[in-house]
Amino acid sequence: MSRIADAFADGPGFVPYLAAGDPDYESSLAYVEALERGGADVIELGLPFSEPIAEGPTIQSAIVRALEAGMTPTRYFEFVEDLDVDVPLVCMTYYNLIYQFGEGGGPADFVRRAAEAGIEGFVVPDLPAEEAGPLREACDAHDCELIFIVAPTTRGERLERIMSQVSGYVYVQARLGTTGARTDVSDRTAESLERIADWDVPKAVGFGISTGEHAQRVIEAGADGVIVGSALVDIVATGAERGDPAVTVASKLEGKARELKEGALRGATGNERPHPERT
Amino acid sequence: MSSHTGKFGEYGGQYVPEALMPAIEELEDAYERYVLDNEDGFMDEFRERLADFGGRPTPLQRADRLSERYDVEVYLKREDLLHGGAHKLNNALGQVLLAKYMGKERIIAETGAGQHGTATAMACAHLGMPCEVYMGRRDINRQRPNVFRMRLNGAEVTPVTVGRGTLKEAISETMRDWATNVEDTHYVIGSVVGPHPFPAMVRDFQRVISEEAREQIRERAGRLPDSVLTCAGGGSNTMGLFAEFVDDEDVDLYAVEAGGSSLDVDEEAGVAPNSATLSTGTEGILHGSRTRILQDRDGQIMESHSVSAGLDYAGVGPELADLVDRGRVHAVNVADDPALEGFHRLSQLEGIIPALESAHAVGYVEEHHDELGEVILLNVSGRGDKDLETVLEETHGRDIEGAPDINTFETTGGFQ
Ligand SMILES: Cc1ncc(COP(=O)(O)O)c(C=O)c1O
Repeated sequence: MSRIADAFADGPGFVPYLAAGDPDYESSLAYVEALERGGADVIELGLPFSEPIAEGPTIQSAIVRALEAGMTPTRYFEFVEDLDVDVPLVCMTYYNLIYQFGEGGGPADFVRRAAEAGIEGFVVPDLPAEEAGPLREACDAHDCELIFIVAPTTRGERLERIMSQVSGYVYVQARLGTTGARTDVSDRTAESLERIADWDVPKAVGFGISTGEHAQRVIEAGADGVIVGSALVDIVATGAERGDPAVTVASKLEGKARELKEGALRGATGNERPHPERT
Repeated sequence: MSSHTGKFGEYGGQYVPEALMPAIEELEDAYERYVLDNEDGFMDEFRERLADFGGRPTPLQRADRLSERYDVEVYLKREDLLHGGAHKLNNALGQVLLAKYMGKERIIAETGAGQHGTATAMACAHLGMPCEVYMGRRDINRQRPNVFRMRLNGAEVTPVTVGRGTLKEAISETMRDWATNVEDTHYVIGSVVGPHPFPAMVRDFQRVISEEAREQIRERAGRLPDSVLTCAGGGSNTMGLFAEFVDDEDVDLYAVEAGGSSLDVDEEAGVAPNSATLSTGTEGILHGSRTRILQDRDGQIMESHSVSAGLDYAGVGPELADLVDRGRVHAVNVADDPALEGFHRLSQLEGIIPALESAHAVGYVEEHHDELGEVILLNVSGRGDKDLETVLEETHGRDIEGAPDINTFETTGGFQ
């Protein structure tokens, strides 16, 4: 079993997201490390792209800050190498950056370099299963996972196509729209989870989860993990706006991570359903 | 030339978030049934509405004074006389009508120059659909008449403040709205860009331009033109004008892009002082399709520039990119200055005030009429009313032959 799927094996997985280099390289290193102390099982690390069409305003602003502070694909790989974390890292970015890297014209160079730096999986929101063949091949060549998103609108043949391609975990999009913290957890989460109940990869739910209580409810609804981005990026944004020292922001991030992880754990207590990775 | 696979050579495809994929498949199905197969008489109704509401066919006019100046025959396809003042209505009407056939309840669109937004707002008012248009803050400032027109037609205009506030950002924002409201909303994309089936579908709605022009010029000139020219931003008027000529190998096709202030690129700043995607761009993935784009070495999208908002875009239609690669279409460009000169030239010699976009094509004829053969067909893709403020401002301080001295307007107080 891969380290990524493994991360969900002993209870609910907590998967936080931050954009690498937001608001600057050094602080960002400290922030990502704080997530691990707070209980992260896998970390999704965003590589900023100038046209993030799947992101809401919070993550979009994070991407702008990181780009303005000089984040590039090359710097990103150095960033991954400079990070002091043990949990598996997933690179979240858009296909053009993957495609252009190195000699360009294909994903091979990017995946090779990413794997060398320590990345173990990829989420590429603008790459549907139909166009993912070359990236899937490159991932297989370097033992990396390719994680796909299942949306509330995904049904029928599309589900089959994604199921045949996905590895690591499946990213279940809790509601329509772009990323962004919300105050409720959509009913559609449960419906979406039901549709993929028999898939043999862990199911992690994201989009709109911002509190420990949300995390608990999502796990209660049958998820194997929660993915949280905007609620954490908000803490980085507020810190950057107020000019707070990085240690202060890092400790807030750690606290928030702990709240989310504990919520997820509460959701799993008394949750007797068989876990696909444990049976 | 029509694509059922969504691929034009190596270009095209569908690179969008998963949440949108079902809507795109639904649209693909609707495109094939209604547009290609005329199910339920869709295309008949479209053509009828283009005639009654849109004012088609638009005239093909022999430009006597331009012809005399260049000593060639210049014919103008007058898309500026279409309702709304630009070719954009062909596509907007087609897509809003299609959305109705599909049972959608809400329309969203993005706009650069405002012409597409205006056309969409008009089509929505005509067909009774609610409409929201995303427009970059900077474009709102430089195209105010169109903002007013959209609102008069009942559309909501939503400013986009991120980035430089132009078309690229507006498209990204509209895609976000679509991803949120995809179940009841149709996104009327404004050019032959985006994921399949948009590039093929928008071309088919714009194809009417060349269907008419080809017949009209045979009647008027007694033969096909030697060259066919028009401006290319995203490339919708371009593909519309070229579509019926692509198989006429003796006809040279020219896509005139915005050369801006220079073709050089500032990699460090991520800025291209032009929008000449076909001439200087490289292959990549933007806004749902693989095409030529303006990007830096890493693949980050560059800020583009043009004096005309409608050409100011870092991407271009995948089919046009493929036709250029295959050598069927010449990708050329005209800088801001000669475009402004073209604007004044057509205004003064023919009494037609063209859109700044179209003025690029006029500028190209002015510079290269010797190379274009005996009979030239030029598309006036839109009228220039929306650009008057920009032209007054941009002409000032430049040495543009034949331009009126702007200062004399100020001292005579003629505008009071
Ligand atoms: C009059 C006019 N011509 C041309 C364009 C460029 O678009 P396209 O290249 O899709 O025709 C625009 C865009 O707004 C326009 O308003």
